[in-house]
Amino acid sequence: MSPPHAYHPPAPAAADIESYLEAQQRKSLLRFITCGSVDDGKSTLIGRLLYDSKMIFEDQLAALAADSARIGTQGQNLDFALLVDGLAAEREQGITIDVAYRYFATERRKFIVADTPGHEQYTRNMVTGASTAELAVILVDARLGVLTQTRRHSYLVQLLGIGNIVLAVNKMDLVGFDQTRFETIVGEYREFAERIGMRGIVAMPISGLRGDNIAARSQLTPWYRGPTLLEHLETVPLATDAQQARPLRMPVQWVNRPNHEFRGYSGLIAAGSVRPGDAVRVLPAGGATRISRIVTLDGDLPEAVAGQSVTLCFADELDCSRGCVIARADDPPEAADQFEATIVWMADEEMLPGRTYWLKLGTQTVTAQVQAPKYQVNVNTLEHLAARTLELNAIGVANISTDQPLVFEPYGQSRELGGFILIDKLSNATVAAGLLHFALRRASNIHWQQLDVTRELHAQLKHQKPAVLWFTGLSGAGKSTIANLVEKRLVRMNRHTFLLDGDNVRHGLNRDLGFSDADRVENIRRVGEVARLMTDAGLIVITAFISPFRAERALVRQMMAPGEFLEIHIDSTLAAAEARDVKGLYRKARAGQLKNFTGIDSPYEAPLAPEIHIDTARLSAEEAAELIVSRLP
Amino acid sequence: MPLTHLQRLEAESIHIFREVVAETGKPVMLYSIGKDSAVMLQLARKAFHPAPLPFPLLHVDTTWKFRDMYALRAQVAALPGIQLLVHQNPEAKRRGINPFEHGALHTDLWKTEGLKQALDQYGFDAAFGGARRDEEASRAKERIFSFRSANHRWDPKRQRPELWRIYNARKARGESMRVFPLSNWTELDVWQYIHLEKLPIVPLYFAAPRPTVKRDGLLLMVDDERFPLAAGELPVTRSIRFRTLGCYPLTGAVESTAASVPEIIREMLLTTTSERQGRAIDRDQPASMEKKKQEGYF
Repeated sequence: MSPPHAYHPPAPAAADIESYLEAQQRKSLLRFITCGSVDDGKSTLIGRLLYDSKMIFEDQLAALAADSARIGTQGQNLDFALLVDGLAAEREQGITIDVAYRYFATERRKFIVADTPGHEQYTRNMVTGASTAELAVILVDARLGVLTQTRRHSYLVQLLGIGNIVLAVNKMDLVGFDQTRFETIVGEYREFAERIGMRGIVAMPISGLRGDNIAARSQLTPWYRGPTLLEHLETVPLATDAQQARPLRMPVQWVNRPNHEFRGYSGLIAAGSVRPGDAVRVLPAGGATRISRIVTLDGDLPEAVAGQSVTLCFADELDCSRGCVIARADDPPEAADQFEATIVWMADEEMLPGRTYWLKLGTQTVTAQVQAPKYQVNVNTLEHLAARTLELNAIGVANISTDQPLVFEPYGQSRELGGFILIDKLSNATVAAGLLHFALRRASNIHWQQLDVTRELHAQLKHQKPAVLWFTGLSGAGKSTIANLVEKRLVRMNRHTFLLDGDNVRHGLNRDLGFSDADRVENIRRVGEVARLMTDAGLIVITAFISPFRAERALVRQMMAPGEFLEIHIDSTLAAAEARDVKGLYRKARAGQLKNFTGIDSPYEAPLAPEIHIDTARLSAEEAAELIVSRLP
Repeated sequence: MPLTHLQRLEAESIHIFREVVAETGKPVMLYSIGKDSAVMLQLARKAFHPAPLPFPLLHVDTTWKFRDMYALRAQVAALPGIQLLVHQNPEAKRRGINPFEHGALHTDLWKTEGLKQALDQYGFDAAFGGARRDEEASRAKERIFSFRSANHRWDPKRQRPELWRIYNARKARGESMRVFPLSNWTELDVWQYIHLEKLPIVPLYFAAPRPTVKRDGLLLMVDDERFPLAAGELPVTRSIRFRTLGCYPLTGAVESTAASVPEIIREMLLTTTSERQGRAIDRDQPASMEKKKQEGYF
C-alpha cells in the first residue's frame, strides 16, 4: 500500500552528520495521549504517525502485512491497528486491555504516545496514560460526531489536568471532506468543552487511514487553514517548561551521604529553579537554610530547573530525609493531614471507607483513611450520584485523612505534589489514583504564618470558649426559631455570637448554589469554612441549616478544633413539620413545584450521636433554647 | 531553559534508580555488557554521585559471549566503586549446554534459569534491566516496575498501574521487582547518549572486517574455535557490525561500514530493519518474547 502523504525525515549527508547530531540533541520531548473508542481509528492514527515519521522498519512492515492478511480488518490494506497491539491474548481477541507506549520523532521533537483502549477498563487505563501526558488527541468519527465516549474521554482528560486538546475529526474521507459536517461537530464539542471548563482546544479535519492533514496538508480540505497534526504536535508549548516559572519544589528521594564530609539531598526538581545561595525551607518541619552546591557527575551546576535530577547541598546542617520537600523559603507549599480529593478506583475489590491504605505522593508515604465518598461521578453524563463506596473504574470525591502531615499542592497547580496513589496494605496492589484539591484543615503542628494575635487571644478577650452550635433537622422543624432564641439568651449573658441562617446565606455567599446533592454538599462546606473562621475570631457560631447528609456534618466537625463542634438535632417528625409548613414549602414540594426537597424526594440522614437532641414533640421552643444554653461548656 | 529530550530521559532514569534504592531492600543491576548496559551504568553513576554505586552489577553469563564482550566486562569490573558479580548456571555448565546443539534450551538454562538462581542465591529483591519499550510489541505495555511472584513469574494481570512519577515498589517477602530505567528510551536515544557522553562500548558495534558465515538468513560471526563449521563451509571476511549483542551464535550481524558512533547513527536513520531482527530468539514463534517473559526471562 502506498500512502498518499508519506513523511520522510531527510537522511543527513555524511559530511553533515555532526551538525545533524547537534540538532538532534536539541529536540524537546512531548508526551501525549490518544483517546477514542474502538472504531474511531485511534490505532490507525498512531500507526500512521509511526509510519509517516519512518518508525516502522521493513521487518515490522513484513510482519504487519502478514498479520493484516491473517487477522486484519482493512481488507487488502495494511491494518495499522495491528502495529500498536501488544500482548498475544489481546491480539487474538482483537482488543487492547492496557496502556501501551509508542515512540516516534520528527526533526524538532521526540514523542511518547500513550495508547489506551476505549473498553471496559477505559477509566483506569486512560487515567494512567493521561497522568503523564501534556496533550490529548481526542478522536471523533466524522460520521458519528460527538458521542458519549467522547464526553467521557474529555472529562477524564480535563480531570487529569491536560491543558492542550486536539479535537481530531477523523475519517473525513468518509464524509467527503465536508466543511459543514466538520464545523457542526466542532461547534457541538466546544459547547460541551465549555461546560466542563476545558480550554486550549485545537480542532482539525483528518483521515488517519489516508494521512490527510497528519504530516502534510490535505488537498481535499482547502477550507482548513490550521496546522497539520504533526505541525501542531511539534510546536505546541510544553507544560513541563512552564513549571520552571513556579517557586522551587523538590521532593527528596534519597540522602546521599557517602562519608562524613559530604551530605546531599537527591531528587527530581518538580517545579521552579534553584541556584547556589538561594534561601530554601525544608518541609514539613519548616527549617530554613541556603543552597551551597548543586552536585552532579558532570560537575557542580550554576542553576538547575524543573525536570532535572540533581543533588542539593545545604549551607547549614538541617534535618532532611526522604519524603521532605525542599522549597523556596518565602513561598513554601502547605502541609496538612485532611484533604478533599478525587479518587479513581482501580482495583477489583471495592474501596472500603474507614480502612487504612498506604498513600504515596511524590516521595512521601503515609497511612491514609478514606471516608465514604461525598458523591460519585457518572463519567458518561457527568452527573453526581450518591455512593457508599467506589468500585473498579469509579470516580468519586471523598475526604482523606492521613496519620502524618503531607506536604502538598492542589493538583490543579502541581501534578507532582497533588497526585497520589493508594496501596492496599495486604496485597500491596495499587488500588487507586487520587488528586488532592484542598486541605480541610491545616495540620495542627504546622504554622507558616505565625499570627501574633492568636485564636486563643481572640477568645480570651471575649471571655468565652468559641464553639459552633450546628442545628440540623427537617425544614420546618423549628431550627431557625430555636437558634434565634438561643442567640438572644447568649447575648443577654454577654456572649459574642453570630447566627448563620440557611436562607440568609443562600441570598449571598451561596447564591450560586442550587439544591442538588452536590450543591447541598458545597453549601455546607462553605458554611463550615465560614463558621471555622468565626471560631478563630473567638465567636460562638450558631448555624441553622437542614444539612441533611451525615458525611457533610462529619466534614464540618473535622474542620473545627476538638470539642468546639456541637451537633444539635432539632428532631421533628415529617408529619409534624409538614403540618406546620410555615413557608408553604411542603405544599409546593408535594405539588411537584419544588425538586429535591428534603423529606419528600431527597433524604434526611438523622444524626446518630448528636451532642444535643431536641424532641420538638415534648419541648417548646423556649424550653429547647434553655436546655441548649445550659449544655454549653 | 527548556530541557532537551535526552535531558528529560536522563532525569527520569536517574529518578527511577533512586526510587528503587530508597524503597527496596537489596537491588542489583543486571549487566549484559551491551550498549544499553553502558547507558544504564552511566545513569546509575549519575544518580548516586559522589557516592559509589549502592548496588552490585550482575552478569548472568552463558560462557558464549563474544571475546570482545568479556574484555569490556573486565574493564568495567576494574572501575573504582564497582562490584561485578558473575553467575554461570552450574547445571548448564555440567551438561555442556550450548547454542549450537541445544537451541532454545540454551537460552532457558543459561539465561532464564541462571538469572533466577542468581537472584535467589544473593537474595536480590529488585533487579534493574536495560529493556526498552520500543524493542518489541509486547514490551510496549511493560511497566517500568515489573512485579514478579516468588517464583519469578510475570503475571500480566498483577501488574500495577503507573501514574505520574509514582512507583509502587511494595512487595511481600520472596517477591521481587524487575525495573527498567530505559523504558522510554529508543534505540536512537541510546546511540545519541553514547555519543554525547562518550561512553565506552564493545568494539563489535563498530564495523570492521570479521570472519563470517551465513545461516538461515542470519549473518554469523565466527568468534572462536568453538563455532562448528558445516562440511565445506568456509568463513568469509566481511565488513560487519552488530546492532545488538547476545550469545555469539544467536546474534546476527549486519554488513556495514559504520566505524564510529555518528556513522552508526547515520546508518540507523537510513536503515529499514528493526534492531531485534538480528536475534534468533524472537522468531521462534509468534509472541515468543512474551512467553519467555512469563517464564522469567528478562
